[in-house]
Amino acid sequence: MTTAEASAPTPEELEFQRLIDEDSRVEPTDWMPDAYRKTLVRQISQHAHSEIIGMQPEGNWITRAPSLKRKAILMAKVQDEAGHGLYLYSAAQTLGTTRDTMYEQLLSGAAKYSSIFNYTTPTWADMGSIGWLVDGAAICNQVPLCRASYGPYGRAMVRICKEESFHQRQGFEILLTLMRGSDEQRRMAQESVNRWYAPALMMFGPPDGESPNSQRSMAWKIKRFSNDDLRQRFVDMIVPQAEVLGVTLPDPDLKWNEERGHYDFGELDWDEFSEVLAGRGQANTIRLANRREAHEEGAWVREAARAYAARVDADCSALLEKVA
Amino acid sequence: MAAPGSEAGKHETWPLWEVFIRSSRGLSHVHAGSLHAPDAVMAVRNARDLYTRRGEGVSIWVVPSEQITTSDVDARGGFFESAEGKEFRHATYYTASEEVPHL
Ligand SMILES: [Fe+2]
Ligand SMILES: [Fe+2]
Repeated sequence: MTTAEASAPTPEELEFQRLIDEDSRVEPTDWMPDAYRKTLVRQISQHAHSEIIGMQPEGNWITRAPSLKRKAILMAKVQDEAGHGLYLYSAAQTLGTTRDTMYEQLLSGAAKYSSIFNYTTPTWADMGSIGWLVDGAAICNQVPLCRASYGPYGRAMVRICKEESFHQRQGFEILLTLMRGSDEQRRMAQESVNRWYAPALMMFGPPDGESPNSQRSMAWKIKRFSNDDLRQRFVDMIVPQAEVLGVTLPDPDLKWNEERGHYDFGELDWDEFSEVLAGRGQANTIRLANRREAHEEGAWVREAARAYAARVDADCSALLEKVA
Repeated sequence: MAAPGSEAGKHETWPLWEVFIRSSRGLSHVHAGSLHAPDAVMAVRNARDLYTRRGEGVSIWVVPSEQITTSDVDARGGFFESAEGKEFRHATYYTASEEVPHL
């Protein structure tokens, strides 16, 4: 511990701690420790990047969705994810980092986003699995974040959570429709669930013992539950749902533990997690390349809109001068 | 919404706007969030796409974030002091009329 940390807390530090202790909210203009601010900017911007990159695995299927209705639904979902990204960038921005800065960090590869979006979506059933499992896991993670101690983050999460339940339900419906279809369709659904089950469980992050920042985030009430607690909650939720679907979850160790009142489940492949995190997943390269291309191709639109706004501004000023 | 006076929203490709939405007739516009847009017309359109995808609004206001003036947070205590200790401004202060109908 440094001497500065050991000395008596300042009035600002006491006020900050009071807000945390009282389960109140910290707002943008309040004093906050630098580490709290940094943690939030990193977490919220990573979350925003995930929503933006997260449009791609499903965007991949919009033109090939099996009916006009499915196309419309998928488009609405992807549009929601764009919205989630924007809500979150706004929330992060209140901490003093510009959106352009965060965006540059994403495009340069300096910033991380959720590894789940580096898996590919080879079949239509993956649209079902993503909705059911990936959005399902996201909901598990996000509901407690609605009470995050930082006001703008919590408010963004409330808005997001309201929209997420449609995402999960439409995914479940896709799988259920396939499971009630032909043998081939049932096989497609099962194979897709096999692909997404473990990656979805890893969305909650490394085990508690290997997640050093988790503890501090919980003390600050940014995070309310540990990675392992959330993962357990998710498993307990999806087992009965899988029964309704009639799919098997690909985990031989999955079984009800009467004593704990929870489902036990098998070890996850954390080496795979690290590999994907390190950029060696199925689609890391293509996801970023697509994002950069979209950004570059949109440059003329951004510039034209800005030039037009400047022109209108100038015309207005000239007109006002004439009148005066 | 950006912290007034902070760097957020400055030196960006497009300026930051605060969005207020009237959810139905008879109600006030309420702050919904913020967004980036090159001008006011685009800000209103972006706000429609971003904040009213499920019929959340019947009217939208947008205001450039930098135009918003906020009370001084550091002087918070003093600034709102005059409302403190004046319970007599609330109806609940007057107990003599309890039990009396329609009062
Ligand atoms: Fe989302
Ligand atoms: Fe979603």
